[in-house]
Amino acid sequence: MSYLDDKTPIPGTILFDGQKSRMGYGLNKMCYSFNDESARNEFKADEDAYCTKYKLSDEQKKAVKDRDLIAMLELGGSIYYMAKFAGILKLNMQDIGALQTGLTLDEFKQKLVDAGK
Amino acid sequence: MAKIIGAVGSSHIPAIGLAIAKKQQQEPYWKGFFDGHIPIWNWLKEKKPDIAVVFYNDHGLEFFLDKKPTFSIGAAEEYISYDEGWGLATIPPIKGDPELSWHICNTLVEDEFDITICQELGVDHGLTVPMQLMFPGDPNYGGIKVIPVIINCELHPMPSPKRCYKLGQSIARAIQSYDQDLDVVIFGTGGLSHQLDGQNAGYINKEFDLMCLDKLVNDPEYLFKFSVRDIIENAGAQGIEFNMWMGMRGALPGKVEQLHFNYTIPISNTAAGTMLLSHE
Repeated sequence: MSYLDDKTPIPGTILFDGQKSRMGYGLNKMCYSFNDESARNEFKADEDAYCTKYKLSDEQKKAVKDRDLIAMLELGGSIYYMAKFAGILKLNMQDIGALQTGLTLDEFKQKLVDAGK
Repeated sequence: MAKIIGAVGSSHIPAIGLAIAKKQQQEPYWKGFFDGHIPIWNWLKEKKPDIAVVFYNDHGLEFFLDKKPTFSIGAAEEYISYDEGWGLATIPPIKGDPELSWHICNTLVEDEFDITICQELGVDHGLTVPMQLMFPGDPNYGGIKVIPVIINCELHPMPSPKRCYKLGQSIARAIQSYDQDLDVVIFGTGGLSHQLDGQNAGYINKEFDLMCLDKLVNDPEYLFKFSVRDIIENAGAQGIEFNMWMGMRGALPGKVEQLHFNYTIPISNTAAGTMLLSHE
């Protein structure tokens, strides 16, 4: 019995498991490539071609194009590689947090401060 | 014989590395956090350990999803810090002790931990930030050599907190059976409660963190009851990095005393804990 046999959703949380990893393999592999500067430059020069090279689905391509991080996660993105994608967009973890929660950056920062009270 | 003299628990958030690069340690946001390391800096200078066993997780630098080991041990002469893709500066190479690494690997497999052995290992902020934090401004890191221990915190299924503790116990047995006069410190890095992804991003649970850290010092086996899912429900998706602290604590089999503790919310998107434990 694995803890993953419990399918009860955890609110606001996507567990990155085998199913997600299979679905997001190309997307994650593309974002893993962004560890290399030459790959980042190649992506920036022609995003569509770079997404095609990594065999992204049409939905995944659209999520990348729309900078829709929640959709990228739902389509199998792992946050570690999504962070590398966000880096290309000059976004840090707090910017990403705000985007995903629908808060402004200041509201998101305040939420974190409030957690310490 | 080699002996374990203590342990340090710390964060490894990339934002810390960026703050160090920008020399922001004394700015209001960071001061409490960095000053919370002074007792650790003093202790490391006084004790001058030869070896640090560093429990951390790789965040998609060395390991991709093509092959994702549950537990890996570094066995290289040195560990290189590489570009992670989003602007964190690399740091000078960190020396390893492959002879001790192999002794640990030999012992672990005999002990039924079937680890992945890495003779080349690029290291990301999971290891580099703690090295910068513990040895500020020192490109030689106090002359210490590291044994990296990497635990999968990215792809489910992940090992239970109990299993990580037992890994630590097994590593301690290996160290204590090593026929060289070395002083060893254990670093547990990462956490504490935080979630980076999804609509629940920014989640922090102070009460749960403080309970876990208290139990970690005084009654670590109490924490065996928590599954990976339990930890994620209570501490957020990346709160599972607490497994590195469990590994660290498992490596301290005898009498343990907490010499220092600091807890800061928020550092970037996380609750950051700092802990110093001595071990007899």
